[in-house]
Amino acid sequence: MYVATKGGEAAIDGSHALIAEERRGDPDVPELAVDQVREQLGRAVDRVMTEGALYDPDLAALAIKQAQGDLVEAIFLLRAFRTTLPRFGAAAPVDTAKMTIRRRISAAFKDLPGGQVLGPTYDYTHRLLDFTLAATGGEAPVAPEAQPTDAAMPRVADILDAEGLMQPETPPENEGEPFDLGREPMSFPADRDQRLQNLFRGDEGFLLALGYATQRGYGRNHPFAGEIRMGTVEVEFTPEELGFPIAIGEIEVTECQMINQFQGAKGVKPMFTRGYGLAFGQSERKTMAMSLVDRALRADELGEDRNHPPQDEEFVLSHSDNVEASGFVSHLKLPHYVDFQSELVMLRGMRAAAEALETPEASEVVEAAE
Amino acid sequence: MNDMSEQAAGFHSVDGQYNFAYLDEQTKRMIRRTLLKAIAVPGYQAPFGGREMPMAYGWGTGGIQVTASIIGLDDVLKVIDQGADDTTNAVSIRRFFKRVAGVAVTEATSEASVIQTRHRIPEEALTEDQIIVYQVPMPEPLRRLEPREAETRKMHAYAEYGLMHVKLYEDIARHGEITATYDYPVEVNARYVMAPSPIPKFDNPKMQMMPALQLFGAGREKRIYAIPPYTQVRSLDFDDHPFAVQSFEEPCGLCGATGVFLDEVILDDKGDHMFVCSDSDHCRGRRAEGHVGPRAAAAAALGYPAGEGEEA
Repeated sequence: MYVATKGGEAAIDGSHALIAEERRGDPDVPELAVDQVREQLGRAVDRVMTEGALYDPDLAALAIKQAQGDLVEAIFLLRAFRTTLPRFGAAAPVDTAKMTIRRRISAAFKDLPGGQVLGPTYDYTHRLLDFTLAATGGEAPVAPEAQPTDAAMPRVADILDAEGLMQPETPPENEGEPFDLGREPMSFPADRDQRLQNLFRGDEGFLLALGYATQRGYGRNHPFAGEIRMGTVEVEFTPEELGFPIAIGEIEVTECQMINQFQGAKGVKPMFTRGYGLAFGQSERKTMAMSLVDRALRADELGEDRNHPPQDEEFVLSHSDNVEASGFVSHLKLPHYVDFQSELVMLRGMRAAAEALETPEASEVVEAAE
Repeated sequence: MNDMSEQAAGFHSVDGQYNFAYLDEQTKRMIRRTLLKAIAVPGYQAPFGGREMPMAYGWGTGGIQVTASIIGLDDVLKVIDQGADDTTNAVSIRRFFKRVAGVAVTEATSEASVIQTRHRIPEEALTEDQIIVYQVPMPEPLRRLEPREAETRKMHAYAEYGLMHVKLYEDIARHGEITATYDYPVEVNARYVMAPSPIPKFDNPKMQMMPALQLFGAGREKRIYAIPPYTQVRSLDFDDHPFAVQSFEEPCGLCGATGVFLDEVILDDKGDHMFVCSDSDHCRGRRAEGHVGPRAAAAAALGYPAGEGEEA
């Protein structure tokens, strides 16, 4: 019993050895390679990069292998690694209007410039287990070559914006560098840059549940999936010694712009407003949930009633991070026996006092005193 | 600080992959600046750009970042959890600093220059040459009364602590006493109400006019606060309900100490239990001096204390 509570170095080493053995599993089964994870478990890699706030498919794949597929643990590994990286500056905002599109759909218009591009999606698969995948070694499937997409693929929100139907969202002038959640603590009230960064890193399940709740009436905001686009964008950075922007690489992202009704207010005409979602890789569920929650959190700004949890900035932003949340929940496993002892001492004292009161002589005294 | 950087420059962690004490020098500088601010305004929760550490939030990341920012090669580090050096998380944190900073470690309170702690203050009085770093889960003493940070920051700014006094009063009205037994709120330097971290209220009086510098790190909540040496720290109370600490009827079963905080240890499934010092170093020291507690023989028969000094 004492050994269990007073675990020393030997116990920790033993535990680590057990994890290593379990991670490898049956040695007769070939070991999983990191590039297999990267290539064949891409959606897991995308989620780990997004919530881990680090675009590196190889490291994300390594983290997934190391965490035995526990994605929250893998996200944690990537975040801790991120701490050790130097920050050399802020990139220019990525221009998703210039995205090299792989998928682009709008639920608001039947057809639009550039057309609807379905791309790779599970949406129209029948969710039947495909037993042919249980066998390995078959020929790699090849999709037939498609027509190249149109060069011009304007964003739906921009089309509406041109007509004045969309609430304009222009970056404030002379804003300087955006807030950096990786370097600065959260502060409330949060500006939108801080909020979107928080939602970007936020747990997909948490945001999905909150977004779903807005659809069911807890902070309803009448959304239309104005546009979801997925593809690659260039990242540009201006090195101090050059003074002009250079492309430093490409990243794959998914963007969702929800279009929401807005009834208008005093002096403001009715118009559409926007909820915004962005994530690394192919993360459609995440970006849709994110844009619903982003819009719900604009309640104050748009003068809407704020009655439900998805509209409550401190509630949402303080609890969205699964590295923080799982850490604090799991810390309940740490010994608390000093605090528990303190509670024991008090509880015994209070019970003894209550029992003393229950004896007839004692209660008479109390009644007399009253 | 120059000295520290030079030391750091010549240091290679065991892996050769990480900077001295894990954090890069810019991050350490940012944390040191926050520490100076915190020391200048005792009890004020200074926000800082806390980083993700390779340990889980809630497991000491705030204390670890503070320790990482102040530790140098000459330091001797002691890490305790629940007062003991051999609890698993204390072992894990001590190992981390051995690995990424290569510093000397000790279990002896008097030998340590930096003591990182969770939930206790050592029994032995600390000195001016020491710094104690507390791991803090919830830095905001008002959080259970008001969940919103925007509100609680205002309450501190205006020293508007009525809500806290009402809560303590309601405790007395309902239960006849203030029911907080740990993380018992204190007032620092006659200004800020502060969470002392979940130390038992037994330890609160040790904070008053402590010669050592007291630093508090909350990693998940990204707050740092401090109590400079020789600062007034008053546990909140009322004139007719003065603050009192826990007392134990029995002495430590192993070393016979009284007037120390004790852990209750269950000995069998028939309800037999004994009390032992929560501060394992203090208990070991007393036993080395020849003190014998009333349950020492029985405990030895059960193999207690186990694994003592395995790391020393």
